[in-house]
Amino acid sequence: MASISGTANLDRTGEATAYRGLMSWLTVVDHKRIGQLYLMAGLLFFLVGGVEAFIMRLQLMHPNGHVVSAAVFNELFTMHGTTMIFLAVMPLSIGFINAIVPLQIGARDVAFPRLNALSFWLFLGGGLLLNSSWFLGGTPNAGWFNYTPISGAQFSPGLGVDFYDIGLQIAGIGTLISGINFLVTIVNLRAPGMTWFRLPMFTWTTFVTMILVLFAFPPLTVNLFLQTFERLFHAQYFNVAAGGSPLLWANLFWIFGHPEVYILILPAFGIISEVIPAFSRKPLFGYVSMVLATLAIGFLSFMVWVHHMFTLGYGPWVNSIFALTSMLIAVPTGVKVFNWLSTMWGGQLRFTTAMMWAVGFLFTFVLGGMSGVMLAVAPADLQLNNSYFVVAHFHYVLIGGSLFALLAGLYYWFPKITGRMLSERLGRWNFWLMFIGFNVTFFPMHFLGLEGMPRRIFTYSPGFGFTFWNQVATFGVFILAAGVLALVVNVVRSAAAGERASADPWDARGLEWSMSSPAPAYNFAKIPLVRGYDPLWVEKLHGDGRMIAAPQAPGAHHAPPGMVHMPRPTIVPLLVALTLVAAGYGFIFSQLWLEVLALLLLGVSLHRSMFEVDPGEYVRVRPEDEEAMSAHG
Amino acid sequence: MPMASVTEHGLVGGADRPAAALVVQEPMDNSVLGLWVWLSAEALFFASLIGVYFLLHTDTNHGLTPKTAFDLPLTFIGTIILLSSSMTMALGYNQMRRGNVVGLRRWLVATAILGLGFLGFQAKEFTGFYSRGLTLSSSPFGSSFFTLTGFHGLHVLFGVFWLLSLLAYTYKPTFMQEAKTKVQVLGLYWHFVDVVWVVIFTFVYLMGKVG
Repeated sequence: MASISGTANLDRTGEATAYRGLMSWLTVVDHKRIGQLYLMAGLLFFLVGGVEAFIMRLQLMHPNGHVVSAAVFNELFTMHGTTMIFLAVMPLSIGFINAIVPLQIGARDVAFPRLNALSFWLFLGGGLLLNSSWFLGGTPNAGWFNYTPISGAQFSPGLGVDFYDIGLQIAGIGTLISGINFLVTIVNLRAPGMTWFRLPMFTWTTFVTMILVLFAFPPLTVNLFLQTFERLFHAQYFNVAAGGSPLLWANLFWIFGHPEVYILILPAFGIISEVIPAFSRKPLFGYVSMVLATLAIGFLSFMVWVHHMFTLGYGPWVNSIFALTSMLIAVPTGVKVFNWLSTMWGGQLRFTTAMMWAVGFLFTFVLGGMSGVMLAVAPADLQLNNSYFVVAHFHYVLIGGSLFALLAGLYYWFPKITGRMLSERLGRWNFWLMFIGFNVTFFPMHFLGLEGMPRRIFTYSPGFGFTFWNQVATFGVFILAAGVLALVVNVVRSAAAGERASADPWDARGLEWSMSSPAPAYNFAKIPLVRGYDPLWVEKLHGDGRMIAAPQAPGAHHAPPGMVHMPRPTIVPLLVALTLVAAGYGFIFSQLWLEVLALLLLGVSLHRSMFEVDPGEYVRVRPEDEEAMSAHG
Repeated sequence: MPMASVTEHGLVGGADRPAAALVVQEPMDNSVLGLWVWLSAEALFFASLIGVYFLLHTDTNHGLTPKTAFDLPLTFIGTIILLSSSMTMALGYNQMRRGNVVGLRRWLVATAILGLGFLGFQAKEFTGFYSRGLTLSSSPFGSSFFTLTGFHGLHVLFGVFWLLSLLAYTYKPTFMQEAKTKVQVLGLYWHFVDVVWVVIFTFVYLMGKVG
């Protein structure tokens, strides 16, 4: 929470929570509502990326197809990958992290609520800037990892790659700020008794994810700067003719890019580790080994980047070392899978839609993990590299892994986030259509890859023997799309008119289920006392089922009785993000006046806001939230 | 409530073990911890730039090399100036702890002037290189050199902005109540930027001269 000083304005009591109009969203600092914004924006970008994929599958349905041109196809696969990774899966993860982690650790908000808002606006601004390239003369078309020299000025003379560099730069700064924010939040804002080895697994995976963000994003930042300078100011880093090294981009990119794939999957692991115990009515099996496995995966993720570049010619020694470290990651991941299975073993299983997604995740993610180990075999990779086998692999881990887990999280936490239940009936349709559609679409791609179909080709000849499995895959996409439609209908209808959710609709275990749904602005009427792992379950077993208020630490800030001190809304984060986005457009279109103006405004807004102490305001606690906690036992 | 029967669940607190069991180590202030976390990302940022420089500094495109380009005495003076600014920053922090806002202001100004002095020497160095044909686009050596030292210079510039911005803020009547963390985080940032320069001076300039 923001530091507290002076006397807050009592006249504004509760105002911030009552008003829900447009301005309240533009000035939002509440982690739960920022989480909602992330989830909505992530879902929107997911649909955009999905449409791009759909067009590509239509193009590939028939040999010599001409739904789109080769040039447009290049733009489609580039924007599809970039959008799904940076603008869909990551923000959906960060959305749940925002909405849930402070609730899980017994905090009233994140450590820096205004920086949290800035993170969101930077992500949204960067994402919109990147997607505006469709209308502003030049879409990125060099693939999502944007290798030099094809992304250099010589082979990509348009503005497309500049949109990629600057859009990701802006969104990346937002992600980095999120990383700092949540690391400090988890270290400093845990409720009394919430020790490290009582942290819920989702919070643990968030913690490790944010460490990865912290260490993986700076190399990407540098890489994007280098390419921006090379394209805009004629610097020479990657140009072979001048003595530069195109492999520099590839290495810096994957030093970022491999931890990035764990940034995409670790929160998913965390969600699965919450959902499976809740619907097995058992504590998570092997909690400590789960924590250690998460740390091991985070550590190893920095040791494997060359496995994306086995074919770039580093030779057998380098390739062997990186093949071994890559296969090593299967060990902690295997620990996790067996722990999830053991959690279910002997449990009272309830197959809600959330649980079905979790079990579906186990099935598809293991398949994706196994094709990953196959790709880690360097000699096999020389054959499989750049084929549809790779496409099959990373869709099994990104959709069958990350996305399925995110959907498990959506069905599980939607009641807490919105106060309404998602329809289980539509949920069944959603699950089965997407699960079947996904496998019909992507399993054949293993065969296509083994038969030698390269990824990223815009068409193929009838004699190549690729036609049948491509048609199966495109058929699957229709089923998948119907499943996504069911999801969208379910979310929109349930958010507006779904069944009202109780505080704890799943009879679950974590702190986030101890307050009403949706959580009140202040989360907890009083900061709770955590008396064990799965704190709410401990109270259900040994208390009266309600959290006990923690005794107040001496010297802590005391609000007047019946009041809670909360940060005030502010428009400044949005303005700061706008200046950066404006500067981004200035650089893309080489408009010096815009660059100077935007950076000046950035300086002014930083000067005005850097040292300002948020006086905060008092929010009155509702009686029902007081009653949701027992008096100190 | 029979607490004794549930100790196997690792419960703390309860009737017989009052709040004392819950007293944990005083946590680091959010801003200070956040700044340390941010600096660790900054360290990776500069590590990447230094890595890029190491990879590319021998590719001089038949132009100036590290050995022929660097003017060590000039850079050495700049280095001394920047390192002195760490001392003035620390002196300012001391004044703040004694509650002397006037003394704090004096040292903030001194630190900002020394920072600007360093930037002046860097500007002189850069213009000299440009006049001798070593530019951002002349060779991979030039590109990686200007990127690394330029980003460091931008960090110093941002630090000067921060110093002056804080200086203006010290005139607020309530400043001294909030001064501790505000001066502390700025100090951490400033010392970090200095340490990065020590690394750059050693590995780029000194090793460039002997290598």
